[in-house]
Amino acid sequence: MSIPSGSAWIDKSASGMARYNLSRGVNWGRFSVIAVPGLWLGIFFFIPFLVVFKISLSESAIAVPPYSAMLEWDLEEAYATFKLNFGNYLYLFEDTFYLDAYISSVKIASISTFFTLIVGFPIAYLIARSKPSMRVVLLSLVILPFWTSFLLRVYAWMGFLKKNGIVNEFLLSTGIIDQPLVMLQTDFAVYIGIVYTYLPFMILPLYTALEKMDLTLLEAAEDLGSRPYQSFFLVTLPLAVPGIIAGCLLVFIPAVGEFVIPALLGGSDTLMIGRVLWDEFFLNRDWPMASAVAIVMLVVLVLPVMLIRNAQGKEEAHS
Amino acid sequence: MTSSQLNELSTSTVANSTEVPLWKQDGAEPFLKIENVTKMFGEFTAVDNISLDIYKNELFCLLGGSGSGKSTLLRILAGFESATSGRIIIDGVDMAGIQPWKRPVNMMFQSYALFPHLSVADNVAFGLRREGVARSEVKQRVAQMLDMVQLSALGKRKPNQLSGGQRQRVALARSLIKRPKLLLLDEPLGALDKKLREETQFELINIQEELGVTFVVVTHDQEEAMTLATRIGVMSNGVIVQTAEPHVVYEYPNSRFVAEFVGSVNLFEGKVVEDLPDSVRIRSKEAGVELFVNHGISCAPNQTVHMAIRPEKIKISRNRPEQTENCIQGIIEDIAYMGSLSVFKVRLANGKDVRVTQPNFVRDMGARFTWHEQVYLSWDMDSSVVLTS
Repeated sequence: MSIPSGSAWIDKSASGMARYNLSRGVNWGRFSVIAVPGLWLGIFFFIPFLVVFKISLSESAIAVPPYSAMLEWDLEEAYATFKLNFGNYLYLFEDTFYLDAYISSVKIASISTFFTLIVGFPIAYLIARSKPSMRVVLLSLVILPFWTSFLLRVYAWMGFLKKNGIVNEFLLSTGIIDQPLVMLQTDFAVYIGIVYTYLPFMILPLYTALEKMDLTLLEAAEDLGSRPYQSFFLVTLPLAVPGIIAGCLLVFIPAVGEFVIPALLGGSDTLMIGRVLWDEFFLNRDWPMASAVAIVMLVVLVLPVMLIRNAQGKEEAHS
Repeated sequence: MTSSQLNELSTSTVANSTEVPLWKQDGAEPFLKIENVTKMFGEFTAVDNISLDIYKNELFCLLGGSGSGKSTLLRILAGFESATSGRIIIDGVDMAGIQPWKRPVNMMFQSYALFPHLSVADNVAFGLRREGVARSEVKQRVAQMLDMVQLSALGKRKPNQLSGGQRQRVALARSLIKRPKLLLLDEPLGALDKKLREETQFELINIQEELGVTFVVVTHDQEEAMTLATRIGVMSNGVIVQTAEPHVVYEYPNSRFVAEFVGSVNLFEGKVVEDLPDSVRIRSKEAGVELFVNHGISCAPNQTVHMAIRPEKIKISRNRPEQTENCIQGIIEDIAYMGSLSVFKVRLANGKDVRVTQPNFVRDMGARFTWHEQVYLSWDMDSSVVLTS
């Protein structure tokens, strides 16, 4: 039995090597590679977040910077005061204006995300099912608008939607309507702006999910008696779910905090938290209040995202 | 596979072999009729005017290399491709214009094509649910089917939590649950390792006999075709070259292509010098001697023919055998020891290599033939086949 004992010997030495590797302690090379992005995140995301959080706990003041200090030293009396002001947060709930703005933002973002999905899915499907040589062309067409400034593209929509804009001119000239439609400065215009602007963020993850799909699965479904439309709902759609979730998050999150689109295309009654933030910072110069609004928005956004990610991770770990 | 199952298997094949198979009976109605089917992809002819009759309860193997058109023919049967011309008739019904989801046919895919988002039980139930079968019946039939493929314990698992052999069995269960009249199997054992394959082959035959479903299997593996099939259709370049029982395909190939594709073979090119009704004599430069075959052939005078002899039918000896016909001399160039048998490459004086296999009767290596040994090769005159094409 020389062969089995030989292989056992090799096994033993292999595990011995592994133990040796582990016992070397901290792997500095690996640590330094992770340290760079860690440092980046720390300096540009975590510390600013703490600064904003700190400001949200102070009082607004007519000073530079325009808020009260958290820690005050009285050198003569030799004592320090440490002041935390939760008033901003309380005020957020007292005045329904903020709550309305949050709800309205989430509503506008949800509706826009839904329509982005409805518009984006067929486009992603078409690209994923076209010839490989064609896919490159179609994908670059999807990305092409990014070559123009976001602001300019939103301005362009003003030209389309305004009272004497292209859409109204066309409808009037064809006689479909006899009065110009009011489209600009309505929620409708905001939806159009968001759907248009964020469409690529929906299409790309959807395309990735659909392109990965094994097409023989559709043949298998047909073979088992499923008509093409049934196969779509029973096979294609469930397999695209990771792409749908990723696309929806990529659209929903920036859409909630969107400022430019409601400011340019929305009306005075289009209430979105991005505009409230702007007004608090630049019109009221109430930095602590604006910070509190920002922190709450972050919590409102981050919590559901973390929950979804968590659920997804669990499901993946299961399968 | 238990021994009792094996016994069952052998008795059932014996029982079957005493009956005259349907394809040998005159006037038997074929279950699947393929009539002059041609499939073109642009200029390329994938399936070239194939006509084939397959009978009820057959396990028919389409055997061929890649690009031989066997998979295309299978896809035409399933309805995924439509034939450029010709007709497919299943159980008396012309399949023209009938969509895949309406055909009385199910397919087991080469990649298995299990739905990754559904559990094993839901995968198997998929076909029944599309038919609108009642919930309780679906549950019962799925349980029954999972039991048959021995996967009852794994119904809740997802396909990616299964081994290759388990996936294969799920795919089989899924394709059988609708009780199709015709089951198409695309390389059913291709993704399994050798040991699992051998086991599964017998399981497939058992299931096929138990359920009485007609199977059409596509494979490139001649061993798989040999063990599974009631009949084999050997395909090449979109044409079926030979259709026959496995032993006929092996022992009486009708062309050089079939002889070389199924098993290995030694071919000697030559010209017929004596053409009698029940024997022929072939002069072959390649063999260096005149070859004698004790059955008649039909060929044009002076036509170049090939005499084919399988490696296991050649006897190898150190001393000149008593027979005078079909005996040639050579030197052992190479030996491959394969455990149960050894393969010898014997070089003739004119440089031609002949392949000979011999079971390893004795354990002692010393008694065996060795490299560069001079040996005589001989074979019975009814062991070889003369091929004219």
